[in-house]
Amino acid sequence: MKNKRTELKVSAIRSGTVIDHIPAENTFRVFAMLNLENSTDHVYFGTNLESSKLGKKGIIKISNIFFKPEEISKIALVAPHATLIEIKDYEIVKKEQVLLPDEIQKIVKCVNPKCVTNNQNVPTHFKVIYDHHGKMKLACRYCEKTMSIDDIEFV
Amino acid sequence: MINLKNRSLVSITDYSKEDILKVLDIAEDFEKDQRQKILTNHVIASLFFEPSTRTRLSFESAVQYLGGSIIGFASAGTSSVKKGESLKDTILTVSNYSDLIVMRNPLDGSARLASEVAPVPIINAGDGANQHPTQCLLDLYSIRKTQGTLENIHIALVGDLKYGRTVHSLVQALSLFNATFHLVSPESLKLPSGVKKWIKDAGLEYFQYTEFSDVISFADIIYMTRIQGERFPDPIEYEKVKNSYILENSMLEKSKETMRVLHPLPRVNEISEDVDENPRAYYFQQAKNGVYVRQALIAAILGLKK
Repeated sequence: MKNKRTELKVSAIRSGTVIDHIPAENTFRVFAMLNLENSTDHVYFGTNLESSKLGKKGIIKISNIFFKPEEISKIALVAPHATLIEIKDYEIVKKEQVLLPDEIQKIVKCVNPKCVTNNQNVPTHFKVIYDHHGKMKLACRYCEKTMSIDDIEFV
Repeated sequence: MINLKNRSLVSITDYSKEDILKVLDIAEDFEKDQRQKILTNHVIASLFFEPSTRTRLSFESAVQYLGGSIIGFASAGTSSVKKGESLKDTILTVSNYSDLIVMRNPLDGSARLASEVAPVPIINAGDGANQHPTQCLLDLYSIRKTQGTLENIHIALVGDLKYGRTVHSLVQALSLFNATFHLVSPESLKLPSGVKKWIKDAGLEYFQYTEFSDVISFADIIYMTRIQGERFPDPIEYEKVKNSYILENSMLEKSKETMRVLHPLPRVNEISEDVDENPRAYYFQQAKNGVYVRQALIAAILGLKK
């Protein structure tokens, strides 16, 4: 019942993608990462919605757009528990949790200004690691620096 | 089966414990007989995009003792980098002229990039603030030689533990050998938590001190580093601590007789010159060991020694 009420706060879409269970504080980050401010299709979003899993969550619904795997891994960096739902003719055709790959290539900039990837024409490459508090970090394959997710900047 | 042939050495973590011991064993052989002319008909490229004294000269010395030829440059100003050539292009070109490339470059991660594009093996002679694995190997060689083993060493690391890349690599490597770490540094230059994690993950212990205190009396190795004033956000803070980490001969009275003082050099004033006469001073011999270790690496990577 509770879930249904949450759903109704953001309009249903006929066809497209729903990204649910975004941490509320990252809703706009996901919005920007997917370049949705330049979208010409219908985009609906809500944030600070009640969520039993996250406390406060965000949700984004985008008409007519289905995402490529590298775009999904981008989302996973700031919304690791997000659910991705694909809809066709008001029917859910696919529902899965976003998956963070073990390695992140090309999409994130290295935080170290002296890293070779910021000075030569070479795509970035990070390993996803976890520190002793279990916090997710990215370790640069080249300069070996690690950075926390709060510091990441996308290419 | 340990095989170092054709494997680049970019980071000390590229080598297993067995790989490290293999290099040290070969280096020992070169210490006994340095002039083994096994590198004739080989060309080694030495690309130093930034100045270096010890590392460059000891690599060149290593090649000469082995009877090989060396080509290259000693600063970026005399290479085509000045014309805007990319690192990748320089490496691909020089690979055509040599069997192995020794490279120092100011960019962090440049050696990993070079190793990915080069058809010949790369030895990292320092990539910015990141890694300097040959320094680490010569440190390990010096520890083993003076203590008879690398296992169960109590090492005191003193000075700038935050930015000193040699310290970070040495901690990573000694974590393979059951070391106990005594970390002596000002509050603002403590060992980064990422490096401490190596120690913890290996199930080993470390102790942190802000003063030299009694570590001198029980350490097997005192590894000194330079504290640079520009590392301090607050110059007053620097003035307060700069003299706290100077090793003087009188302080060594209570140390173990087998204890040795190491330093990656160059030193400024952190080891006073009166220590040089003490038999525990080992830093110049340490620099000499660098030649044996680099001979060993070149020979092993080119498959000339097993």
